Amino acid sequence: MLAALIVPVVARLRYELGFILALAGVGLSAAASIWSLVYVLDNGTMHYNLGGWAPPVGIEYVVDLISAFVAVIVTSVATLVIIGTRRWADREAGDRLGSFYGLVMLLITGLVGMVVTGDLFNLFVFLEISSLAAYALVFLGGGRAMLAGFRYLILGSVGGSFYMLGVGFLYFSTGTLNMGEMKDILTDDATARSVQAGAAFIFAGLGLKMALVPMHLWLPDAYTFAPSSVNTLIAPIMTKVGAYAMIRMFLSVFPDGYLKDVVPIGDALLVLGLIGIIFGSVAAMSQKDIRRMLAYSSISQLALIAVGVGLGTPLGLVAALLHIMNHAVMKATLFMAAASVRFTSGITQVADFTGLGRRMPFTMGAFTLGALAMVGIPPATGFFSKWYAVQAGIESSQWIVVAVVLVSSLLTAVYLFRILESAYLHPLQPEPSHGHDVPDGFGETEQELALEAQAREAPLDMAIPTVVLGLSTVVLGVLNAVIVINILEPGIA
Amino acid sequence: MIDEIAARFPYWASGVLIAVGLYGMIGKRSLVKKLIGMNIFQSAIILFFIAGSMRDGATLPILLIEDGHILTPVDPELYVNPLPHVLMLTAIVVSVAITGVALAFLIRIYREYQDLDEESLLKKVR
Amino acid sequence: MIETYSSITPLIAVLLPVAAALLVLLTGERFRNVRDSWSTIAALVMVAVVASMLPDVLDGRVPQTTIIEISPGIDIMLRADSAGMIFALLASSLWVLASVYAVGYMRAEHEHKQTRFFVAYALSLGAAAGVAFSANLLTFVLFYELLTLVTFPLVTHRETEAAIVAGRKYLTYTLSGGLMLIGGTAWVHMLGIDGTFVAGGLMADENISKATAWGLLMLLMVGVGVKSAVMPLHGWLPSAMVAPTPVSALLHAVAVVKAGVFGVVRMIVFVFGAELLREMDAWQVIAVLAAATLLIGSMLALRHDNLKRRLAYSTISHLSYIVLGVALLGPIALTGALLHIVGHGVTKITLFFVAGTINAHTHKENVSQLDGIGRQMPITMGAFTLAALSMAGVPPFVLFTSKFYLGWGAAEVDQQIFMVVYLVSGVLAAGYLFPVVYRAFWKRSPDHVAYGEADMRMVVPLAITGVLALFLGIAPNLPFSFFELATNVATAAFGPVEALAGGAR
Repeated sequence: MLAALIVPVVARLRYELGFILALAGVGLSAAASIWSLVYVLDNGTMHYNLGGWAPPVGIEYVVDLISAFVAVIVTSVATLVIIGTRRWADREAGDRLGSFYGLVMLLITGLVGMVVTGDLFNLFVFLEISSLAAYALVFLGGGRAMLAGFRYLILGSVGGSFYMLGVGFLYFSTGTLNMGEMKDILTDDATARSVQAGAAFIFAGLGLKMALVPMHLWLPDAYTFAPSSVNTLIAPIMTKVGAYAMIRMFLSVFPDGYLKDVVPIGDALLVLGLIGIIFGSVAAMSQKDIRRMLAYSSISQLALIAVGVGLGTPLGLVAALLHIMNHAVMKATLFMAAASVRFTSGITQVADFTGLGRRMPFTMGAFTLGALAMVGIPPATGFFSKWYAVQAGIESSQWIVVAVVLVSSLLTAVYLFRILESAYLHPLQPEPSHGHDVPDGFGETEQELALEAQAREAPLDMAIPTVVLGLSTVVLGVLNAVIVINILEPGIA
Repeated sequence: MIDEIAARFPYWASGVLIAVGLYGMIGKRSLVKKLIGMNIFQSAIILFFIAGSMRDGATLPILLIEDGHILTPVDPELYVNPLPHVLMLTAIVVSVAITGVALAFLIRIYREYQDLDEESLLKKVR
Repeated sequence: MIETYSSITPLIAVLLPVAAALLVLLTGERFRNVRDSWSTIAALVMVAVVASMLPDVLDGRVPQTTIIEISPGIDIMLRADSAGMIFALLASSLWVLASVYAVGYMRAEHEHKQTRFFVAYALSLGAAAGVAFSANLLTFVLFYELLTLVTFPLVTHRETEAAIVAGRKYLTYTLSGGLMLIGGTAWVHMLGIDGTFVAGGLMADENISKATAWGLLMLLMVGVGVKSAVMPLHGWLPSAMVAPTPVSALLHAVAVVKAGVFGVVRMIVFVFGAELLREMDAWQVIAVLAAATLLIGSMLALRHDNLKRRLAYSTISHLSYIVLGVALLGPIALTGALLHIVGHGVTKITLFFVAGTINAHTHKENVSQLDGIGRQMPITMGAFTLAALSMAGVPPFVLFTSKFYLGWGAAEVDQQIFMVVYLVSGVLAAGYLFPVVYRAFWKRSPDHVAYGEADMRMVVPLAITGVLALFLGIAPNLPFSFFELATNVATAAFGPVEALAGGAR
């Protein structure tokens, strides 16, 4: 089980070998995650004590259904993305390819670590590891990405520190850092004010990491200006793990109902989530740059996860967890397609997508699938997380949730169909007239991009992962009941 | 009121420092000052943890054994809580790493633009 | 009484058009003759497949396919019951003719991107078949949304500014409707009710409060009301007229709007059921809205010179015939409504075929330009005349039969006022269609060029549908026992119609 954690570390140590090792690392890690998911399905939760110390003192790793599920998503999406963005990485990282892949591995190590850990402070350490790697990766973009990266660093550290502060409060109230034990202690007695303060700080910290609405400021710039190989990787999985950590707090740290009845964090998540859904969608509508549009769309979709968590009912959590998977797959598809488009033609502006449906049929086909899934057309994945969210809203008589979730579909349709329209319905342009939105540090590559503007389809090793991701939105949608019944429902019970 | 503050001085101090740090991070235009604010913020949290582990009259949690005799007290009440110290060592490592990365960022930015003021930088990169 | 058995046939019927779409896509523009024959072949096979289920369905044995459990406790399930058979038979047999017609039209107009067009065309038939055979609410929602999606490229096919605007409008309306449906469906399931359609209403025996029932009714009826273009939800339909005519024919006669009214049938008859709606006093609301739409639609049709627009408003009005017929909650009215689905499909597709043929052949699109055209294109305008007679409800045309039952049904439930509405609207239909016939045959043409009949691939299908409009009126039970299917549904839903069935034969 620990293999999932160790493999990326090992690969990192020999990062000079670059892509192959990185791929092997993530691939093995994905295999290990899948294996542990199967194992957990058969045998129940796995525990592993790091260094052989017993849990309350030592650090414990716990793999239950939920964490195995999220780990599988993170590692398998990462695998596909790393294959798909290899060419981007070659172009963008240049002679620093070794350290680039080193950082990527560090990022994934951190994320997987966050998922499998059973210790609150250890979660903080992994959170900072993955964030640190993400800051550096964003920074690689040069130009505006440097500012975006710095801002991301400052705000991210605030988030991390808030989380740590919250953990501090909890530790001094309970005397433990182990999640399981803390839940037992808090179930007996959780009246202390310091526990409530701790919960509030943890909420603020993780909210920042998952870009919950007033704390989203770092995200659009970071996603827009980061190198394509980077935003494709961090957009689908980075914020998801923040959301997972939030769910983990609800499930296995605080007593059942505590975050709803005693501290109004569930309601806060709900309200901020609802605002976020609408705000993200509306902001996405007015964006001209596709990456920025997708970034705002991420804010909106993450807010949907927050709403699911905020409802706090089993059905709401199912919706949230399912949406973690769905959004990871859908956003990966969309960002991959956007990256492929930019790779072959340098296009980043929505208005320049004209005729791309003809020029890049497979990439845009995958983009279309991803977009339809985002809108929530059945039987693609996005529909089902919305379906459970709507059901959860009805179940707890939160009519506003139902309305917002449904309306958000429509808003999503507005901004995504704009792209589809220009890709399929506007006449083909011989060559994009403007809009080489290449950051300043990329003077030399701009010519390369212009040379490749005539290219038709993206190279195969970019197109295939994109198409695989696109198709999986449909396959996972059809199979969602299998996932929900076997993994999610027992997992949160 | 004064007594109250004095009795729990480290907590109040860390609270004030957190506020100072936050102000530095958000209110200052200079990127370096933002970074300094961040460091103050993190130190304040470390202070908070350490203060939390303190006990009056307690000593270091180290067991001294000589010739089979335990020299130090065995009553756990007489030790300070060691775990926060350990955690804070980790936290310091983390914060040093972040600071290092941030400084590297600042050097790159400065080399590129000869400027570290956020607003004028934003104008320059456009 | 009705037993189901497991069979893969309904699934095959749904998948056939999808397979055709794939073949069309793979064949591509280079082998256009091969490509274009796939649709027709698939359509013929589909008719055969659907018809093969007919004897069993008439015996009360319903084939059913369970595909996959899509959400805990909810299956994607297809079931070819009587109501579904009516819609599927209509859609598949009209598809045969429409596919031939579309080939002729698209080539005559030199439309671009024909491959995409035929792919989407075939897919929308698949989605329509899915709507027809859906056995529960979620399956219905799924295919309903898919139908929206695959018809979008058809509406925007011309890629002009107007087409794109119309496409947006279409999507906005139908997606909003779809969302209402999703909300309603989720709610039904949260009440712990199984969403499988039951003749007489799946909510009939459930104990739900009046407020809840009204909420559900709003969501579900608005959801299906958008596609059936009940005012005030009709705005998308006239704008969607910018699409190529085979699409308009498909939208207005076969797939989309009929999926909408079919949805109305499903909701009223199979979800809510007569008793609940009577208890809620809800049927009056639906009936009044439909009656208003019916009259206003007819009047608006009168003042449009553009032939396709005139037909669009006529469609809006005629769809409400059906909605009103269903909302009356009587067995006879329901029989009439179901027959009207078939009859209006056959008649309206003829009218659209004619409008398209004229446009493709002579580039005329306004009624005022059609003087004397009947002498140049006698077959085309002859078919138009047949269809116009049918629309006006002249015996023995098919729409006379259905209107007769609709009127009778209104009388049966003591709502003579709606019978009057039907009659007035019939007169209005004559008012907006007969001038076209008059101009075509009795006015002198300003043109001095002889252009003659259009391409046979357009003329033959429209002649067939024109004759069918007459033929189905005389023998509604041939070839596909539409009448028997309709009475079966009505009996299962609202009680026996035997007296009537005996008298009509």
